Amino acid sequence: MSLLDVKDLRVEFPARRGLFVAVDGVTLTVRPGEILGVVGESGAGKSTIGNAVIGLLEPPGRIGAGEIRLEGRRIDDLDEAAKRRIRGRRIGMIFQDPLTSLDPLQTIESQLVETIRLHLGLDGAAARARAVDLLRQVGIPDPELRVKQYPHQFSGGMRQRVVIALALCAEPEVVVADEPTTALDVSIQAQILDLLKALCRDRKVGMIVITHDMGVIAEITDRVAVMYRGRVVEEGPTAKILGDPDHAYTRALIGAVPRPDVRLHRFPYVDYIEGIATKPPAIDLRGHWLGKARDFGAKTDGPLLAVEGLGIRFPMNNAWLERNRRYLDAVKDVSFAIAEGETFGLVGESGSGKSTVARLITGLYRPTAGRVSFNGTDLTAITRDRDLNPFRRQIQMIFQDPFSSLNPRMRVLDIVAEPIRFHRLASGRDEVERIVRDLLDHVGLGAKAAEKFPHEFSGGQRQRICIARALATRPRFLVCDEPTSALDVSIQAQILNLLKDLQEELRLTMLFISHDLPVIRQMCDRVGVMRHGRLLEVAATEDLFERPQHPYTQELLRLMPHFEGLSHDNLDVEAVGGAG
Amino acid sequence: MPTFILKRLLQSVLVILTVALIAFSLFRYVGDPINAMVGQDTTLAQREELKERLGLNDPFIVQYARFVVNAAQGEFGMSYRHRRPVSELLAERLPATLELSIVSMVLALALGVPMGVYTALKRNGVLAKTFMTVSLVGVSLPTFLIGILLILVFGVWLRWLPTFGRGAVVDLGWWTTGLLTKSGLQALILPAITLALFQMTLIMRLVRSEMLEVLRTDFIKFARARGLPDRLVNFRHALKNTLVPVITITGLQLGSIIAFAIITESVFQWPGMGLLFIQAISTVDIPVMAAYLCLIAFFFVIINLVVDLLYFAVDPRLRVGRALG
Repeated sequence: MSLLDVKDLRVEFPARRGLFVAVDGVTLTVRPGEILGVVGESGAGKSTIGNAVIGLLEPPGRIGAGEIRLEGRRIDDLDEAAKRRIRGRRIGMIFQDPLTSLDPLQTIESQLVETIRLHLGLDGAAARARAVDLLRQVGIPDPELRVKQYPHQFSGGMRQRVVIALALCAEPEVVVADEPTTALDVSIQAQILDLLKALCRDRKVGMIVITHDMGVIAEITDRVAVMYRGRVVEEGPTAKILGDPDHAYTRALIGAVPRPDVRLHRFPYVDYIEGIATKPPAIDLRGHWLGKARDFGAKTDGPLLAVEGLGIRFPMNNAWLERNRRYLDAVKDVSFAIAEGETFGLVGESGSGKSTVARLITGLYRPTAGRVSFNGTDLTAITRDRDLNPFRRQIQMIFQDPFSSLNPRMRVLDIVAEPIRFHRLASGRDEVERIVRDLLDHVGLGAKAAEKFPHEFSGGQRQRICIARALATRPRFLVCDEPTSALDVSIQAQILNLLKDLQEELRLTMLFISHDLPVIRQMCDRVGVMRHGRLLEVAATEDLFERPQHPYTQELLRLMPHFEGLSHDNLDVEAVGGAG
Repeated sequence: MPTFILKRLLQSVLVILTVALIAFSLFRYVGDPINAMVGQDTTLAQREELKERLGLNDPFIVQYARFVVNAAQGEFGMSYRHRRPVSELLAERLPATLELSIVSMVLALALGVPMGVYTALKRNGVLAKTFMTVSLVGVSLPTFLIGILLILVFGVWLRWLPTFGRGAVVDLGWWTTGLLTKSGLQALILPAITLALFQMTLIMRLVRSEMLEVLRTDFIKFARARGLPDRLVNFRHALKNTLVPVITITGLQLGSIIAFAIITESVFQWPGMGLLFIQAISTVDIPVMAAYLCLIAFFFVIINLVVDLLYFAVDPRLRVGRALG
């Protein structure tokens, strides 16, 4: 018998310009002990389904049609008080970001106890005992001690365990997990997924896992529903959907997932999904503005960029006495070199110092130790700010979050033109505008984008604006700091393809930073693995993936989702290199 | 945490010393103190002798040190106008100002916080919208105008309440209070409302916007998803998180209420320090001005210190160290 039935669900949001239908005609069932995956890209309506099931649609959203049944009884038409009795008691929910899901001013114990007492009617002592017991069940060491602590005293993974304990504390029959591991590192993600899987199996809980991540789907779900623009386009057992999808969208989505096992020349072209219809025209460097003045002075024989013994430390406290001061070595003794035209990858978990390295190279931080040399010139030895400008022009950066890295009050034209004007790379207004429109055309946005403001673009389009801005100085070296981790997988494939094309056309050298091993494999020639601010291993990409030397690298590769049985065969792709 | 308090105390001492320096410069260099003390027929020799006797020929730093040492003992010299020690004058007036300020602040908090919570929770309610509109008036009308309007309505037209002075006061020896007599309480009503109105609207708007912010956070959503009733979600989780920034603003506002009671005090002829200060300005009574300056700085510093300590009480993230694991 099924536990939860969603039938022909339609969720509408009345808006100024008519009705927006977020979810339409969705039918799902969950059985006890089963994990149902709901996968799709942002805006597909997958979170809305979760919110509708638990009765917490953001106003003014409402259920327009269809029904939701829990063990055969309708719950979508209950009044608010009855819905509240179901929330937490019979249907639990786990949110994406464990850092913001807990009240920072209350101890873990008080949050657990209030929920337990509310639903189970236990007295204080029994509720406290149960709170400790729950923490033990979700794998928190020293639960008696830690239950008295505040959320900020827990790490991200531990907090997500606390969130799970909170969601489970009244033994709900159904749990809705909305992107439960998206904010976590890959090693923590594996632990949390194992925990969820075990809880489901042991307690016969039916679970809906909402995610954009095919890796998570492959890892824990029994069945999966693929959503596209508010509708379920395909549903079935996970192995069948991933291995032999029927729907074109599913095939495109799976094709866009970076493969961990083989390096491809390009990502399979994803044209089903929103975005760029035609491939932007190729740039012929000989005649094009981007190719002009590309002789950057005398070429030296050495690598284009060399980092030697690089380090930066931040004070943790500011004690008056030197011996009382403690420092955090965000980056310590990092050395590597990048040859002209090469793509060098830096991979590591959060807090490993990989982004700090990028900031040190681009001069956003001053190193406390070591040197950064560009084309033979020691950048750290330059003291006058103005003398750095020629190098700033040659080294450009693309940031992770395309939403916060564009000034919302500037038109795209001015955003892209700013570096051109600053470095005086063009003569006159008309030429600047012509170049900007040309650049926007090349990154696939079309020249008309120049007149718009950043908020009129989606995340992937914004990242294209960022790329155009970085290209505007005719750079030689591009630092990409997690350029696609805020983007959907199909958009990621497009952006990565664009970067690959541009690199080929413009002979760019790249430092590519990512936490995502498959992406690194697709993009990089050589890779460095970082942890706790240190560089553990540097190797050619194929060697690193096939024969990792350092135990930490081996561990990372082991935890990487492998998607056995993921259907890549029915897509036309050509592999690069011998391995695979 | 002890290091933090020590640091804060040191900073406070620095602030007070700086203000004392300004007050002292006022004392010493705005006008000629000798001229202010003696008549026109005093001879130059007498002036010189007085100058020597008062120590005005000593080096700057010595004079400043003397000023600071005296001020630390509450000794600010004689008022030119009243011919009485400034400390005595201030001690007489201080209770009036403090009673007025604290009553206003309590009034502002007692009304402002609940109104803020209400307008945040019932964002589209008629009453909430009325509050918001009326609060605009409170924010935009200048204090003296509100005071005069209140006098006109309740004092002149309705003749319900007294419009000036403090009424009968009870002398407790070290403190004179108007809170124990009927006329004292009546006299307090209008100035307290006048002074509280702006603060109340400010607090209400602050609480409302902070609360709306907090209600959007994930942990509130998660609390609802756990089935917690609105009462718990709104007051236990949301309100407490709202109060962290409210404490700062409220603390600073208490300081400025004390400092800027001047206007209300002059409108209502309230016998407080502000009125004394206004009168001191018009008669160039520099010792009073200097003392007032130092005292207000002292209040600000103390209040800020208390606010910092309250942070520790409210926010465990400051109290307990980060122990990852």
